[in-house]
Amino acid sequence: MTNTEPAVVCSGLVRSYGERRALDGIDLTLEQGQTLVVFGPNGAGKTTLLRVLSTLLRPSAGDASVLGSDLRKEGWKVRSQIGFLGHQSLCFGDLTARENLRYHAKLHGIENAAARVEAVLEQAGLSGRGDERVFGYSRGMLQRLAICRAVLHQPQVLLLDEPRSNLDPAAIEQVEPLIGAASGRTRVVASHDPAGGLAEADLVLGLRNGAAVLLERAAQATTEQIRELYR
Amino acid sequence: MSTVRPPSTLSAARTVLYKELTLERRAPQTLTAMALFCASAFVIFHFALARNEVEGALAAGVLWVTLTLAALLGIGRSFVADREEGGLDGFLLAPAPRISLLFAKAAALLIFLLIIGFFAALLLSVMLLGPTPDGAQWASLALLILLADLGIALVGTLVAGIAIQTRARDLITSILALPLLIPLLIAVTKASEPLLSVGGGTLAWRWLALLGLYDLIFGLLAYALFDYLIED
Amino acid sequence: MSTTKNLYGRRLPGYAIATAVVLTAAIGLAFFFAPIEADQGFSQKIFYIHVPLAIVTLGGFIFGGIFGIKYLRSGESRDDLRSYTAIHQGVIFCIGALITGCIWAKASWGQWWVWDEPTLVSFLIIFLLYTTYQPLRFSIEDPERQARYAAVFAVVAGVFVPVNFIAVRLAAPLIHPRVFSNSGDSLPGDMRIAFYTALIGTALLFITICKYEMSSKHSRAQLAALRRSIGGESDEPNAARRAAPRVAVR
Repeated sequence: MTNTEPAVVCSGLVRSYGERRALDGIDLTLEQGQTLVVFGPNGAGKTTLLRVLSTLLRPSAGDASVLGSDLRKEGWKVRSQIGFLGHQSLCFGDLTARENLRYHAKLHGIENAAARVEAVLEQAGLSGRGDERVFGYSRGMLQRLAICRAVLHQPQVLLLDEPRSNLDPAAIEQVEPLIGAASGRTRVVASHDPAGGLAEADLVLGLRNGAAVLLERAAQATTEQIRELYR
Repeated sequence: MSTVRPPSTLSAARTVLYKELTLERRAPQTLTAMALFCASAFVIFHFALARNEVEGALAAGVLWVTLTLAALLGIGRSFVADREEGGLDGFLLAPAPRISLLFAKAAALLIFLLIIGFFAALLLSVMLLGPTPDGAQWASLALLILLADLGIALVGTLVAGIAIQTRARDLITSILALPLLIPLLIAVTKASEPLLSVGGGTLAWRWLALLGLYDLIFGLLAYALFDYLIED
Repeated sequence: MSTTKNLYGRRLPGYAIATAVVLTAAIGLAFFFAPIEADQGFSQKIFYIHVPLAIVTLGGFIFGGIFGIKYLRSGESRDDLRSYTAIHQGVIFCIGALITGCIWAKASWGQWWVWDEPTLVSFLIIFLLYTTYQPLRFSIEDPERQARYAAVFAVVAGVFVPVNFIAVRLAAPLIHPRVFSNSGDSLPGDMRIAFYTALIGTALLFITICKYEMSSKHSRAQLAALRRSIGGESDEPNAARRAAPRVAVR
């Protein structure tokens, strides 16, 4: 794994469910440290793409690799380097925030788990309520906790599915160092916000019905092109 | 800066097991339901069989039918919380060895079944059992409960793993688990019969051997096939 | 397309003819050549139908498990189709074995069902298990996952069969006549010929029906694919859930 290797490479990536193709031949290359923002209406395949890159789903056909490891054969190698934030928090309601994060820390094999958990809770502004059971959390707090879980093991690649949903502007600012461009990590972000998404992107991908209808450097893309996807 | 190294199978299994037990301790639904089920079942058997006391083969049957059906409750719960709260995804994203999930789930189910098994045996001896087993017979019964519950836990985790991805989860669990458990039930009821009889008796080794064989075979099957159920 | 024409139906006509010939011979041998058994009388003849059905059922389930293993390792939908068909037909033959077993029980011992015959009881248990195969498949929508889980089931159930036989045999007292006892083949020569002919005929029947089912599914899939390529969406409700595997058209 060299430092100049691209972070994410997809070549003819297909993911199908029976006859339906949720992803229909995606090609892209994302360099390390860069941000890819994925746009598209609901059902276009954004979540599927993120789930395939996170190793939760296997490609049906074509190739996908993250940090040089082919996801079909060597996906297990890069799990430690991938942080995934989906629509579910993946935290258990009957456990406290601290217990949830410690659980995930142990599953990732993080040494000094307790210290790391405290640090992340502090950054997300949840330290004060870290010992409350999670089912009592508001949606915003739950989202922040989910972000904590995603970055807990300090992954090189972040896969974020609408990360700022349910967050108020203050919270967005708070989690920016964790999941924003400032974090310095390679990011793949699914977004519904044309202007905001374009602003933070290096590369833009537009999906419709599983196919890539737009793939541009952010500098060349316009918000009008993105809005076109949704019509 | 904390370092990250994939956990060992044992460490990951221990982590998941601890999580399972903590969740049950916080919201003790499964154990309570299984215990209540056993008590109700014994009451039903009293009326349905029109007996104040049972012994021998009948007692063995009442005990093990009750425990098996109670186990179905536990098996159904085994993966439900994970599915609902995305716990399975959380596990799959981590670099933990997949087989550790099988170990943890089976161990959790085994612990629940052992608690309920001993509870049911005690309850039976108070409510419905005619003869009073002596110390040696109780010890043998305990061994049977251990071996049988191990088999039920292994088969149950395997079946739960299959059923969780289906749309008719509870139905599939029941219709799959029950026929698979019949050989185990045959062995354990035949073995329990002399222990619960008037005049007493001892454990026949052939049923222990069959139980052991059953546990071994299904343990190996679960170990070999679990990955195919978990990975997408 | 012509290269895939006989993917599943290879030599199907040959098998069909062979089946017809051997089964006819078997019936002839069983009813006219083999002697009438002393104890049980003419009704014993059902043995020539019941036992072959039972043996072929077991063979079908075991092949279902073997193809299940093959599918898990290869991911080829052909193996899934073979596993499905073997088990599907196995269940049908199992029903036949159970019914003829009951008829034999009624004729021999006066009752429709006897708990003392361990083989019959084992078959009932196996039947109960394998009838869950279709509902299981039907309840999983994603075809790839459906095939994978069905294969896992096929392997578990296949291993279960011998364990079940051992358990039931240990549990039941042995008081009924067994055809192939441990002390050697207890069938006299005439009966043996009739029996083995019936066995081969039943096995051929099983193979023929399986081949027919697989090739007919394949043809239907080819037709649907053609319709799709000509006119966009096909008439078939492809989106509908079904238990049968989707056949890959190559």
